[in-house]
This record gives sequence, C-alpha cells and structure tokens, in this order.
Amino acid sequence: MNSNPVKINGEDVAAAGMTIAEYLASANYDTKRIAVERNLEIVPKAKYAEVVLEAGDVVEIVNFVGGG
Amino acid sequence: MESVRIPSREEFRRALVQKQGEQITEKLAQATVAICGLGGLGSNIAICLARAGVKKLVLVDFDNVDVTNLQRQQFKASQVGKPKNIALAENLKEIAPYVELESFNEKVTEANIDKFVKDADIVCEAFDNPEAKSMLVNEVLEKYPQKNLVAASGMAGTDDANSIKTRKISRHFYLCGDGKSDVTKGLELLAPRVMVCAAHQALTIIRILSGLQV
Repeated sequence: MNSNPVKINGEDVAAAGMTIAEYLASANYDTKRIAVERNLEIVPKAKYAEVVLEAGDVVEIVNFVGGG
Repeated sequence: MESVRIPSREEFRRALVQKQGEQITEKLAQATVAICGLGGLGSNIAICLARAGVKKLVLVDFDNVDVTNLQRQQFKASQVGKPKNIALAENLKEIAPYVELESFNEKVTEANIDKFVKDADIVCEAFDNPEAKSMLVNEVLEKYPQKNLVAASGMAGTDDANSIKTRKISRHFYLCGDGKSDVTKGLELLAPRVMVCAAHQALTIIRILSGLQV
C-alpha cells in the first residue's frame, strides 16, 4: 500500500500521480453518470484528463443510478 | 349544497406556525426552490414543500403524465396525457392555493439551465435518468458553487427503507438515496421507497432553508 494514499470515497487508494481520468477508467466508472469532488471542489468533466491526484487528496466520486 | 370555503392566506400562515413553529415557517415563506424532474421524487417533494409554505416553486419536466406514473407519482387518472408541469401545478394549487408557481415543459440542458435555477435558493435534482442527474449536478456545482443542491441516487428495488440516507458531500451539496439501487438494472420501483427518498430530499431542503442543516 502506498504510504501517501489518496482518500477516495472514504477508502485509502494508491492513486497519487494518476489523473482523475486514469483513476476513473481503472475503477470502471462511467463518466457520463458521475460527479467528482476533489478537496470539496467540483472537478469539471473537461478537466478529468488534466487533474493529477496528489497524496492526501480527499476525493468523492458520486455515482448516479437510475430511478426517480 | 354548501359552498366550498378556501381558508385565507392568514389562516394558512397561522396553521403553519402552529405546526412548524414561527422560525421555520417564516424562513420557508421567503424561499424559492427549483425542482428539476416531476416524477416519483419531484412530485412528492413539490407537495411536501407547498404544504410546508415554501413561497415559490419552479417546476421543470419535459414529459407527459403516463398511466405507469400513477403508481407512485402525485397525478390523477384524469391527468394522463397532460404535461407533468401543468398537471402538478393544478394539484399544488388545490392543496396550497397561495404557493407561487413557475412551471416549464422543457428538458433541462447545459444550454438552458440558467433560466430554471438562477433565482432559486435551492436546486433539487429529481430526475430519473442517471446521465441527466450527472449533468444537472455538474452544471450547478460548476456554475453556481454557492447554491445549495439536493440530489438523489438509488431508491429502486425492495430493500428496507433504512438503507436510504442523506449525506452531505461538500459545502452546498447533499445526496439522498442508497447510492446503488438502479432501475436501469431491471429493479422494481415501489412508491413508498421512492417517497422515503423524496421525503429525505424535502426535509433536507427545509432544514437548509431554516438554518438547521450544518
């Protein structure tokens, strides 16, 4: 385990150095159905490929499912 | 036959103060809430908020009432085929005649979202389509970072009601639901479970407007 992990949805993940787009692909997220907040700020979808996760980041990936 | 007498505005206000208290009632009487999606979530949320004395509701849905909606949405058999925004506005005015309504028979997109949400104190995401949910949440968080947003994800299926929760995701963003029960995976939609989620959203909205949600 990475000693300086990123916290993603409450879990420590060895994702430092990955872009958000890379992490989302590795974890099989559908980017059309999510919202990503990094350190309490929304990450625009257009920035997923440029924002690099850093050790200590706190990330929430909200996954929307159907029904309402 | 006796004629119908609708209680006066002042009678409504006194009744609300008696049941909800002065502070909550006064705050709600100044508030505008935009409800995007008028199905199982939005129609129930709108009725909760109109009954509670919210000043103004902005109602948005592109769809018409369908017979399959009647199992869980607040429409009547006589309204099948009617635009949902019109049908819900009629029902709300019967229940709470002094609520102000602005209603739109339109699909919310990145291009037109401002028109629906710009004057609202709180935006309520109540769509059924996960891509529409994602679009609205991302747009509001990007363009209106100071606006409160109450969204929902996961209220299908037959799990018990206690798995549906309200979570604060960030400063102005709240999410209700179980986060996983997906109707697009063939799960059932049961009215009480959808209503539990709608009640979570409506209560969160009332708590935010009243200064109780920290």
